[in-house]
Amino acid sequence: MLILGIETATPQVGVAIGGHEGVLASFHSTRDRRHAETLAPAIGFVCEQARVELSEIGVVAVDTGPGLFTGLRVGLATAKVIANALRVPMIGVSSLDLVAFPARWTDRLIVSTVDARRGEVFYAFYRRVPGGVQRLAPPSVVGPGELADQLVALGEDALIVGDGGQRHEGILGDIQGVELAREGFRFPGAGALVELAHPRALREEFVPAWEITPTYLREPDAQPNWQQRPDR
Amino acid sequence: MAVDEGTVILAIETSCDETAAAVVVGGTEVRSNVVSSQVDLHDRYGGVVPEIAGRAHEARIASVVAEALVAAGVDDGGVDAVAATVGPGLMGSLLVGVSSAKALSLVWDVPFVGVNHLEAHFYAAFLEEPELQPPLVMLLVSGGHTMLVSFEDHGRYRLLGSTQDDAAGEAFDKVARYLGLGYPGGPAIDAAAARGDSEAVAFPRAMVREGLDFSFSGLKTAVINHVRANPEVSTEDVAASFQAAVVDVLVTKTVRAARRVGAGGICLAGGVAANTQLRADLLDAGERENMAVHLPGRVMCTDNAAMVGSAAWWRLRSEGPDPLDTGADPSLRLDFVE
Ligand SMILES: [Zn+2]
Repeated sequence: MLILGIETATPQVGVAIGGHEGVLASFHSTRDRRHAETLAPAIGFVCEQARVELSEIGVVAVDTGPGLFTGLRVGLATAKVIANALRVPMIGVSSLDLVAFPARWTDRLIVSTVDARRGEVFYAFYRRVPGGVQRLAPPSVVGPGELADQLVALGEDALIVGDGGQRHEGILGDIQGVELAREGFRFPGAGALVELAHPRALREEFVPAWEITPTYLREPDAQPNWQQRPDR
Repeated sequence: MAVDEGTVILAIETSCDETAAAVVVGGTEVRSNVVSSQVDLHDRYGGVVPEIAGRAHEARIASVVAEALVAAGVDDGGVDAVAATVGPGLMGSLLVGVSSAKALSLVWDVPFVGVNHLEAHFYAAFLEEPELQPPLVMLLVSGGHTMLVSFEDHGRYRLLGSTQDDAAGEAFDKVARYLGLGYPGGPAIDAAAARGDSEAVAFPRAMVREGLDFSFSGLKTAVINHVRANPEVSTEDVAASFQAAVVDVLVTKTVRAARRVGAGGICLAGGVAANTQLRADLLDAGERENMAVHLPGRVMCTDNAAMVGSAAWWRLRSEGPDPLDTGADPSLRLDFVE
């Protein structure tokens, strides 16, 4: 069963195709947050490199956030429309699951983060389990100072991964027993998305497209905006 | 590819607060036209909230597209090209439609066409009257735009006049909000005006004597000042008098524009084109001036995807498809000839 993975929850655009042989091809770009421009050509490119026709895809996996709102919408709209057109099921995976997954070799508490902008981070705690990581509580949004206080209070060895932690290195980089991953571990990977979706696909833990919803974790700013007026 | 009378285009429109998809054949035959309006989500804010609009588009787009395909009786291999509005509009809204259209272009291996929303509004006229012949004068009036355009030929437009400040639809929304008539302002003012006296208050007709440009911000201020000075004034009378002032200026300048360029007819486009008074007065003026006036139905005047499909057919025929790395442009302009 071939899985197409689409990941656009951060400044990065990621696409991967894989199955029981693992990841066959993947693409990642972090240049200029051009989600809408990059995603469709990237899907075409990855298909070509994997020598797979889109019609052979059996599952569409997508990063459902939390993350950048417009990035998420580009990825989710694309993934859902493709799944509908191919009449295949979907699997949604949290961006924080994807950021934590590559840290599964550590016995420490894993603090997975995604930069939420406006001085906040999306985060969740994870622990290593056979075959991957397990989330300990639902994703949440928090100020870095409050997250630092939580980690100090826990007093446990921890590894912080993701661009949320890196953005607030000044606050999170100097806590006793806590390591802030400064290289790598920055963005959720499309390869990890395909790898995480594969066992779920084998267990047929599918979701129809209309049940895949983005995790925003923030209410919209309710400010009406008078439309753009390019005729002025 | 050969673009002809049989070319089937799936079009998507998500530039503001309507999630819409349509199947249009040959640029004029509407096989389906699905519009999911978000008015209920925005009305309590008195205007479109961009983040709420973006979220609703994402939640609705896949099912709206599926519905348009089913209603048109089109299945795999039945669509020859996919189109989407790429601007102008709200960035977070546009991206949902553009991404969805490009995804379908990939899956079906058919061309993608990016459409300018303003141009799409012009093409609403051709959906209902395919035999319409340029040159025409288009009055485009909506929440975001007020412009007079000489439609010299397909793809060849000359800007004759535009608003110096507020768009006509924006003035309707703001005055309706001030009068407590609710949102959206166009239909609210229209309904209240029907019960009022349009000559009760002599509101100013800004710049009506000169040129083809518009200005509505002074009128909005005049309404507010009048209500402040006369708190007991009838809301219906104010709505009717305000509407009469807007319509008066729009009609006068549209007729002037058509005469100036020697147009064969006048077309109305955009959401405000659904206004009862504007439609009636423009028809009267056309009769008086012996000039053909084309009024697309209300459904075609407001944002919809059928008009995008029609514009896309002409674009595809004249300029071919757009690349898959096309993005959205919130302030996209129309190319006007000098
Ligand atoms: Zn419009």
